[in-house]
Amino acid sequence: MKGNSLISIEDLTRDDILEILDRAAEFEKNPNQDLLKGKVAGVLFFEPSTRTRLSFETAINRLGGRVVGFADAKITSATKGETLKDTIKMVDNYVDFIVMRHHIEGAARYASEIAKHPVINAGDGANQHPSQTMLDLYSIKKTQGTLENLNIVMVGDLKYGRTVHSLLQAMRHFSPTFHFVAPNFLKMPDQYKRYLEVAGIPYYEHSELTTDVINEADILYMTRVQKERFSDPLEYERVKDVYILKNSMLANSKETMKVLHPLPRVNEISTDVDENPKAYYFEQAHNGLFAREAIIAKVLGL
Amino acid sequence: MTGKKELQVSAIENGTVIDRIPSNKLFTVISILGLDDPSLTMTCGTNLNSNAIGKKAIIKLWDKYLADEEINKLALVSKDIKINIIKNYEVVEKKIVSLPESINGIVRCVNPKCVTNCEGVPTRFNVVSKEPIAIQCCYCEKIFAEKQIEII
Repeated sequence: MKGNSLISIEDLTRDDILEILDRAAEFEKNPNQDLLKGKVAGVLFFEPSTRTRLSFETAINRLGGRVVGFADAKITSATKGETLKDTIKMVDNYVDFIVMRHHIEGAARYASEIAKHPVINAGDGANQHPSQTMLDLYSIKKTQGTLENLNIVMVGDLKYGRTVHSLLQAMRHFSPTFHFVAPNFLKMPDQYKRYLEVAGIPYYEHSELTTDVINEADILYMTRVQKERFSDPLEYERVKDVYILKNSMLANSKETMKVLHPLPRVNEISTDVDENPKAYYFEQAHNGLFAREAIIAKVLGL
Repeated sequence: MTGKKELQVSAIENGTVIDRIPSNKLFTVISILGLDDPSLTMTCGTNLNSNAIGKKAIIKLWDKYLADEEINKLALVSKDIKINIIKNYEVVEKKIVSLPESINGIVRCVNPKCVTNCEGVPTRFNVVSKEPIAIQCCYCEKIFAEKQIEII
């Protein structure tokens, strides 16, 4: 790992990833460990989130640490025009590590250059969200028994969805095959396709979510078409229902196949899928706790 | 020397000649190298005929020598640029520009949501490919091709 902060999934080597996943499995067996006793975390959410923030705060509490911070930049001096640099410098004086989410891309990298203490990126705009990627990898490894040689089908907003980009980057260590299912203007960006080509990883692009594609999948990774990424609400209305997964579409899928989703879900997975044992998204969110405990332990060298 | 064509920008005794600058990039080069320095003696010409590149600009710096890392910044302007080191009116060394591994502070990140455009952070890029040129912002991690590169 570069330095002692976790900013981008690209900062992690294959060995780092496997080490964090092994550690997460230990935390799943025993989530309450007093590793952070006497330590204070600064949890700074400049942009709203429920799952990620609560999962980080739960992880810190279960490790015996304490939390200070905010869940909305509106209640901070940022509204008075305080720069990010000043906010980070001030918080860095008080705490042992920082967990931050910010809408500006690169904000977490910048914070890690300013702060003396480790910084964990909990999402920087459309760029990176490495703790989500670690929980996705943990869910994949737990359900498939391996990360190697899997068929991964990604569906929905592949252009702006940072979770799919980070997952793609992390999986490059494990010889996957990718299928990308997206409407034309939400296709996987060229930057990531070139990335796969350089790494020699095969990928296939589809414009429709068909049972043929689903039946190939070991992992069906669904994403939400995010309303906040669109400047034109009409365009959002036009595409939001295009890629909806229904339970009947899973009839001939592999026995071991799992449906993942970073949540929140809007309507891209019908609620009738929830009862199917192949639906894994709620357990996936639960795994976030163990993955985040493991990330905190890793950046603090505990 | 008889028969030698008269130079449009007169020769210097000692210093550096930056030649074959695309004629519309003279001021970009001056800006990148920070040559608008009142202590510096400099002569330049632009829109001069060049067999190699058509129209060119040229800068002659008196008693000034540039470090390789300074010279290499010019690879972002044009790979045709040539550097001649002059001692006693003679060319004693020729240098070509080659893209460095990282580029600090001279290229703007064209992603409007990047922290370098929102919080006044100096830019930093890693060169991920030299041919064709591609650079990656160290902050927002976006990759830009040569035609997207904007020099500050």
